[in-house]
Amino acid sequence: MIGGLFIYNHKGEVLISRVYRDDIGRNAVDAFRVNVIHARQQVRSPVTNIARTSFFHVKRSNIWLAAATKQNVNAAMVFEFLYKMCDVMTAYFGKISEENVKNNFVLIYELLDEILDFGYPQNSETGALKTFITQQGIKSQHHSKEEQSQITSQVTGQIGWRREGIKYRRNELFLDVLESVNLLMSPQGQVLSAHVSGRVVMKSYLSGMPECKFGMNDKIVIDKQGKGGGSEDAAKSGKQSIAIDDCTFHQCVRLSKFDSERSISFIPPDGEYELMRYRTTKDIILPFRVIPLVREVGRTKLEVKVVIKSNFKSSLLAQKIEVRVPTPLNTSGVQLICMKGKAKYKASENAIVWKIKRMAGMKESQISAEIELLPTNDKKKWARPPISMNFEVPFAPSGLKVRYLKVFEPKLNYSDHDVIKWVRYIGRSGIYETRC
Amino acid sequence: MQEWANQLCENRQFGSKMTDSKYFTTTKKGEIFELKAELNSDKKEKKKEAVKKVIASMTVGKDVSALFPDVVNCMQTDNLELKKLVYLYLMNYAKSQPDMAIMAVNTFVKDCEDPNPLIRALAVRTMGCIRVDKITEYLCEPLRKCLKDEDPYVRKTAAVCVAKLHDINAQLVEDQGFLDTLKDLISDSNPMVVANAVAALSEIAESHPNSNLLDLNPQTINKLLTALNECTEWGQIFILDCLANYTPRDDRESQSICERVTPRLSHANSAVVLSAVKVLMKFMEMLPKDLDYYGTLLKKLAPPLVTLLSAEPELQYVALRNINLIVQRRPEILKHEMKVFFVKYNDPIYVKLEKLDIMIRLASQANIAQVLAELKEYATEVDVDFVRKAVRAIGRCAIKVEQSAERCVSTLLDLIQTKVNYVVQEAIVVIKDIFRKYPNKYESVIATLCENLDSLDEPEARAAMIWIVGEYAERIDNADELLESFLEGFHDESTQVQLQLLTAIVKLFLKKPTETQELVQQVLSLATQDSDNPDLRDRGYIYWRLLSTDPVAAKEVVLAEKPLISEETDLIEPTLLEELICHIGTLASVYHKPPSAFVEGSRGVQHKRLPGSAGSGESVESPDTGSAAGVSDAPPAVIPSQGDLLGDLLNLDLAPPATTTGPPPPTSSGMQMGAMDLLGGGLDSLMGDESEPPPIPLRTDTPQSPQLPHQSPSPPDYSPTELGGDLGGSPAMGAGFGAPPAAMPASFNAPVSGGLDDLFDLGGGVGMPSGAYSPPKSIWLPAMKAKGLEISGTFARRAGVVQMEMTLTNKAMSVMTDFAIQFNRNSFGLAPAGPLQVLTPVSPNQSIEVALPLNTVGPVMKMEPLNNLQVAVKNNIDVFYFSCQYPISMLFVEDGKMERQVFLATWKDIPNDNESQFQIKDCHLSSDAASSKLQGSNIFTIAKRTVDGQDMLYQSTKLTNGIWVLAELRVQAGNPNYTVSLKCRAPEVAQCVFQSYEAVLKN
Repeated sequence: MIGGLFIYNHKGEVLISRVYRDDIGRNAVDAFRVNVIHARQQVRSPVTNIARTSFFHVKRSNIWLAAATKQNVNAAMVFEFLYKMCDVMTAYFGKISEENVKNNFVLIYELLDEILDFGYPQNSETGALKTFITQQGIKSQHHSKEEQSQITSQVTGQIGWRREGIKYRRNELFLDVLESVNLLMSPQGQVLSAHVSGRVVMKSYLSGMPECKFGMNDKIVIDKQGKGGGSEDAAKSGKQSIAIDDCTFHQCVRLSKFDSERSISFIPPDGEYELMRYRTTKDIILPFRVIPLVREVGRTKLEVKVVIKSNFKSSLLAQKIEVRVPTPLNTSGVQLICMKGKAKYKASENAIVWKIKRMAGMKESQISAEIELLPTNDKKKWARPPISMNFEVPFAPSGLKVRYLKVFEPKLNYSDHDVIKWVRYIGRSGIYETRC
Repeated sequence: MQEWANQLCENRQFGSKMTDSKYFTTTKKGEIFELKAELNSDKKEKKKEAVKKVIASMTVGKDVSALFPDVVNCMQTDNLELKKLVYLYLMNYAKSQPDMAIMAVNTFVKDCEDPNPLIRALAVRTMGCIRVDKITEYLCEPLRKCLKDEDPYVRKTAAVCVAKLHDINAQLVEDQGFLDTLKDLISDSNPMVVANAVAALSEIAESHPNSNLLDLNPQTINKLLTALNECTEWGQIFILDCLANYTPRDDRESQSICERVTPRLSHANSAVVLSAVKVLMKFMEMLPKDLDYYGTLLKKLAPPLVTLLSAEPELQYVALRNINLIVQRRPEILKHEMKVFFVKYNDPIYVKLEKLDIMIRLASQANIAQVLAELKEYATEVDVDFVRKAVRAIGRCAIKVEQSAERCVSTLLDLIQTKVNYVVQEAIVVIKDIFRKYPNKYESVIATLCENLDSLDEPEARAAMIWIVGEYAERIDNADELLESFLEGFHDESTQVQLQLLTAIVKLFLKKPTETQELVQQVLSLATQDSDNPDLRDRGYIYWRLLSTDPVAAKEVVLAEKPLISEETDLIEPTLLEELICHIGTLASVYHKPPSAFVEGSRGVQHKRLPGSAGSGESVESPDTGSAAGVSDAPPAVIPSQGDLLGDLLNLDLAPPATTTGPPPPTSSGMQMGAMDLLGGGLDSLMGDESEPPPIPLRTDTPQSPQLPHQSPSPPDYSPTELGGDLGGSPAMGAGFGAPPAAMPASFNAPVSGGLDDLFDLGGGVGMPSGAYSPPKSIWLPAMKAKGLEISGTFARRAGVVQMEMTLTNKAMSVMTDFAIQFNRNSFGLAPAGPLQVLTPVSPNQSIEVALPLNTVGPVMKMEPLNNLQVAVKNNIDVFYFSCQYPISMLFVEDGKMERQVFLATWKDIPNDNESQFQIKDCHLSSDAASSKLQGSNIFTIAKRTVDGQDMLYQSTKLTNGIWVLAELRVQAGNPNYTVSLKCRAPEVAQCVFQSYEAVLKN
């Protein structure tokens, strides 16, 4: 199990050091600093073995979090824990920065004491933690006996992510379908790989212990229903359904029920959380197509033309469009002509950055650039990194549609109809690259 | 959040600095005193602030242990926050101040009774972290109570505390019966208590590999599976990892567990997913392959594995390392998922490298086009390691998918054209492997490779290039020049390159002997004389010997057809792979090493195996063993070819230095000896002064030296004169090996010739000086059987006296004394003629030589076999018995020469029934040589007759007990098989006598 947990600033100074096991000595802190933080070369692995001690590390901005162990621990668990630790800290004091860590070191120690016992991760749901780790100097008497047992049963209970007795005057929930569409395209326009990784984020402001059921246009579910209902129905809905390659759920979702019936039922945590993640690869709507044309004119000049085409309903608007065209390291000057938006050559980033605020569907735009190069002796050819793109579109490129989210709370008298529900779709670019 | 922070600040009401970060800044002198005062302040807030400062100092590594009593004094508080801070301090310093830590015990014990479950749990949690023996004693009672606490939060904390206590004092935990209580907790109603109990028990069980601690039976498994659905994500990991250690009784149980575990594959936590994959991969082994469910399960595994690749990069790395194992074990799972392993431009380097590895494993004819296109793309990236690996991957694809080989080669050629140094080098290394897989197919590219010779600066690339030049020397016009250019800096090269250069030049020489004499000589002398590296030197000697004794054999050995290299050379060895599959998700699977390789102590020593798959590992044939077999299988028949010509070239041309300066070699040894001469004589002449006759060649005159592989028959098509004429024009050949390759320091004289002697003197020559044959010593009494005394020995007849020559070796730890010897009765009445003369005690590891004279006047009893002798040896330790067989020739007396007439009469007199005939095979002596050799062992030739080119020797021998043995030995010129007919009145001895004949003639 985890033997020790350390937090360092970018210089390698220790901000937090908590040792759980006897086999991790004080020198372990220094070993990691010397061998990893102060190492000259780039990090070659997130797992480092130094003198028979294994270190796992993640970085958040310029803060290093490292877990040390001498045992054959579950490596995936250690990383998941480190991420969770970051989430918990963010939930308590915002961004993980040197200042915030220093300002909250007592809190962090208290958290570390609670969520990691002898190196075993314990309940780390912020919802539960916030009920009793408050940093307000509470006295033990403050809690009544009922409150105390409520805390403990929540921390250890089956529904550790939600406390009882939550009340809202207005029962409301927000669903965000957030997708990032990833593409790698060859210069000839062939799709080398494309996938959508999506998340369903839910903000729930619901009273009591509501039982929820979530439905979407999952092909497997629709096909199953189609069999039962009319064939016309199946054909109609079949068009809209999507094939989900795989999905994972927040721990509130009953996985065995999903496995057997493919229905998504759960008691949601209060507030914002990520209900599910999913991935699709079939029938993806690629919102933009990038057509690059690079011509080398002699040894000191390069002509680049990039055309982008928007490929969605003309009534929709894409936003925050940015095309990044990499330039060689020996670029001395760039002349740019673009039809729409603004384009700039950024020498420090070795790229031409072309920004368009808004663009409707079924449109086309282009940029031409003349790049002057300094003659070099460097034998090595320019690697031609791919042209990348960023954008945001108001639909789900996977085609996912939320069909329903039903809420039942048998104990309190509000029904599914009383809940105000909001759904929003946002499609963003993930790694959206076209080779040139 | 901001609001919350503000609230915090308000709560504190402290001067201008509102945040905790100020605690990190104080480094003044006298700080400790200040803190001491503050800690003892009456004001609670001030106290708390002081403790915070102490903790901050502790974090940055300052020693604040001096404040121990003052901090402990703050422990008695109802402020939970302050209490926690004090506990934190205690955990850090209790070990260094064990006596003072006792002060805290009371508070702990009291807190364990607190009505607030959070305080009870906090106390028991902290107590377990204080590794002081005295405290652990006090811990037992509170712990026992807490394990049965009504509140699950306390119980789950107590469960972990048992593991802590076990780490400090395992015996105590067992004695107090905590393990049983822990086992009971597996049936607890609260899932988190179950999970923690499982985690604690699993860890304790690991340090007791054979205990039945985690008694997993279907009932407990059922409980675990129920808890699995209800507990936290971490608890699910503990339970799944524990389940993975269980071995189901049959395939039905296996399937039902799998069915209950598969829903976990949709968990958001990657560790839960990987642990579930581990359980499934393991239990799948037990499912029949034709089961529908088996196929379903296989299909279910792929999507979650792919999903892991959209996790954060660190987890991707863990996942990829594991997928690498899974792909090796069950390639079918991910065979259609190639695309997800394509490298993204922004992936961290460690993810890129791992993806590349998996891409190659998944490469097949179906997807090779895509893979190659990707790899070509990667080869132009920035990171050197990654680019190298990509280039190497192209080579591996060529070897793996034959259809793609041509495209791979052309891709590699394109890459070589980029002239990027490390790309070129890497490409050459893989092209070498492609040649080894597809010989005689892509040699057209050699010219391109040779153009880049100068740019190679890495040993591996240089070695690869040299290998290519050597292997294809006959197709490269200037191969000799190329290799020569490498030779200049021979000593600056790495061993890898030196070895390769040596081999390549020898290959070249065997292929183009006429032009490369000098070169091969040069490299041989560089390797053998100027190098300290034993590998290099030995390889040099072996080539040198091989070339000089039997170039035909050399050619067969060196230029033998090599087995093709196998497809996947980097597969993990099957048993290790099985073990690693059992460790999916853990560090072992990340390192690809068994836990015992990186975990200290007894933990993790236990090797895990997959169920029901013992011996299922298919072994991958290593190319190396194949090559050895290939050589030994080579047919001995030699077809006259350039090789034979070569052999004779060497012999004819190289013999002269020896024959002219040294004594002429015996004709019987023929050509072979001439060749041997070359090394001995050659080396000697080379070391001695040229003007003086060199010393006698070391081996030419000792026919007893071991036989070399086989003689090369002379080629029928060429006569020696023709060859001589041919060679006249080649001055290099004239000098032969005898010419000094370089000025050689005198000090090399001894080691070199000595080395050669050692190499080829395989135990011959014993007893030669005395004339009578005596077999080499063999071990009669192994040390194992005689409490450390080892006796090896032989028999010899010296000056008419039979001697038993023994080496006594003391392999025991104590000194041995008081040796004595006795014989059992035997066929010829052999008995010691005197006591065993071991005058000094034999100390451990010492050996002494003893010669025991024997007479033949002892009691007689016929033994089976006739020459068997039973011996008893006594020393201060014990009496030991052994038996040995003596060559009957020991008993041949010196006056065994019969008169001719007597011989004739006796021959006739002995009935023909008593005659026995034997064949002696493979004897290459002339009749005269044989005769003189036999005479040395008291077998006397009385007459010789030659009939039709067949020599008949008539011989007589007398044994010590007066038995005469008469013999007729037939020797035919050119026929290595002799026939010996023995006539004796006591026919029993015939067999023994024949054995002696054979032994004498062949040694």
